[in-house]
Amino acid sequence: MYYLWEMASSKSLMNLLTFSFGSAIGFFLCYLLFSMILEEQVEIQPHILHNDPHGQHSEDTDNNQLQGQMNFNADSGQHRDENRNIADGLYEKVKILCWVMTGPQNLEKKARHVKATWAQRCNKILFMSSEENKDFPTVGLETKEGRDQLYWKTIKAFQYVYDHYFDDADWFMKADDDTYVILDNLRWLLSKYSPEQPIYFGRRFKPYVKQGYMSGGAGYVLSKEALKRFVTAFKTNKCSHSSSIEDLALGKCMEIINVQAGDSRDTSGRETFHPFVPEHLLIRGYLPKTFWYWNYNYYPAVEGPGCCSDLAVSFHYVDSMTMYHLEYLVYHLRPYGYSYRYDPDSAKGLEEQNKNEAQEDNPKLKQKTSEN
Amino acid sequence: MLSESSSFMKGVLLGGIFCVVVTLLGHVKIGHGTRAHHHEHHHIQAPNKEEVLNLSEDEQLELSQSIRVYCIVLVKPKDIGHWAAVKETWSKHCDKAEFYSSEDVKVFNAVVLNTNDMWTMMRKAYKITYERYKDEFNWFFLAYPTTFAIIENLKYFLLKKDPAQPFYIGHTMKSGDLEYVDGEGGIVLSIESLRRLSHVFEDSDKCPEQGGMIWKLSEDKQLAVCLKYTGVIAENAEDSEGKDVFNTKSVNALIKEAMASRPEQVVDGCCSDMAITFNGLSPNHMHVMMYGVYRLRPYGHTYSDALVFLPPAGSDND
Repeated sequence: MYYLWEMASSKSLMNLLTFSFGSAIGFFLCYLLFSMILEEQVEIQPHILHNDPHGQHSEDTDNNQLQGQMNFNADSGQHRDENRNIADGLYEKVKILCWVMTGPQNLEKKARHVKATWAQRCNKILFMSSEENKDFPTVGLETKEGRDQLYWKTIKAFQYVYDHYFDDADWFMKADDDTYVILDNLRWLLSKYSPEQPIYFGRRFKPYVKQGYMSGGAGYVLSKEALKRFVTAFKTNKCSHSSSIEDLALGKCMEIINVQAGDSRDTSGRETFHPFVPEHLLIRGYLPKTFWYWNYNYYPAVEGPGCCSDLAVSFHYVDSMTMYHLEYLVYHLRPYGYSYRYDPDSAKGLEEQNKNEAQEDNPKLKQKTSEN
Repeated sequence: MLSESSSFMKGVLLGGIFCVVVTLLGHVKIGHGTRAHHHEHHHIQAPNKEEVLNLSEDEQLELSQSIRVYCIVLVKPKDIGHWAAVKETWSKHCDKAEFYSSEDVKVFNAVVLNTNDMWTMMRKAYKITYERYKDEFNWFFLAYPTTFAIIENLKYFLLKKDPAQPFYIGHTMKSGDLEYVDGEGGIVLSIESLRRLSHVFEDSDKCPEQGGMIWKLSEDKQLAVCLKYTGVIAENAEDSEGKDVFNTKSVNALIKEAMASRPEQVVDGCCSDMAITFNGLSPNHMHVMMYGVYRLRPYGHTYSDALVFLPPAGSDND
């Protein structure tokens, strides 16, 4: 009897032990699982390389496809301290007509966000599509869609602008529906030139054309005279109508009709038109050394902070999310009271301007403290 | 044998269930913090333009110099990418910034705390900071390496606030009765708050070194508990339009969120012009923010600001 009871109790003791052991394991596994789930998730962006120098768009990945629209300018209350006199003056003085290359399938996906952000700042904005759309609205160029139609669409678009709006602007800017343009900075650049000059600006590329040609995606802007010559060149057959590479074909035509390829760099020598988003240019090593970009640049290409002017004019391959992000960074978020390093109106070079830095023994400070 | 394996399985099951129950009951950060309505919050506003317009240039400079911010960044070796980015970007704009690391890392200078526990790290960091810097700075900003901060906007926000008062400011959340500043948006303490904090550290009843029993309170909640005992309450920071200036998410995430809630409409801008922090940025994004905040701008827009901040010496990305 006693022996049986001993057997039974040792068995239940065994059971108890395995039960406890099991619950410990169960608890531990659950703990591990929760720790993994709750760990910080930081945004991981895919590393993107655009392999076509002529800015033609392969199937877009739609990672950041936005459904809605955001209006940053609704809260004008935050801009009560802002003085826009100089910008407003330039708006009157340097009249820019912008036309955006788009298509029926991109109106909702892309063009809509252009319309909600930078397009409002052009003196006149037109959206060019193969078909007319009265609601958006878009101009119908009566072409087909597709990569091989791009140059044809460009010619017809400029023709349309020349026929309807030639007297309404001084400069004529072409952009894609994934280009972000900072109009204020474009006006500052162009204010130093006359619209009567035969000249055009953009991100200057080296190959194929002696004076270089402008990247299509980064956007380019023609003077009044340049537009006139361009349109005339097709009427008189000086330039050819067929090409699948829009920006190159335009560049070749410009050279033929003696329109100068301008230098769009700022007073410190930094590029203003960009064929990519800021991240691809600011991060050293993002674009591999074998990438086509390094060989295409007319001027020596720079990566890191020297890549890009403070007064940048354009970025390309801008998805809908980045449109609003740039809109916020450029026109809204700012560091209060910050004295910018680069002074665009200064006659001095950047080196000299940099002396306006906080120093440990800032003479202004020393004077202050000694006076107290 | 069979009865043993079945009791083993029963044990595993019970252990798992017990763990889940404790997790759910415990103070774990899965959206347990909630935003109460604004009128239940203590909230604190940025100064109005009118308050600061009538200052002479000398007064402006003096005022700018009088707000001295010391930055604490809590790091671990696994954060090395973010650590490097913070070091190269926004931390240069603090009057002084130091990295408080769980362990020594050869590549970077840091104050070594010799612990992996976040609350212990925070305690030690604040303790050391108070001991060393109580006479040199009047405001103390603590951040994680995934945060990007604009110190100039922080200083503007603190403009009319007296550091001799107990301020504890950031992006607040509520967990039950406890209102706390979410660490991911950055935590701002005035010198007075830091002084009170360093005293309550001595009291292990009110402010224990170890958090809860099984699941510890997250370190930012723990901080709020300790501060509450000293009479310091968390306050949410907003601009003059009522927008948060400390953000626990990135600009992209905030844009997405604002749009997702109302895809049919045109929504209001997501974020304040005077935003101080964003969180969840990759190291690359920090470099982009430096360019976007301190350099990229539209020509011909000027501001008459009451404060003047010069660019830091020896830096090329701002």
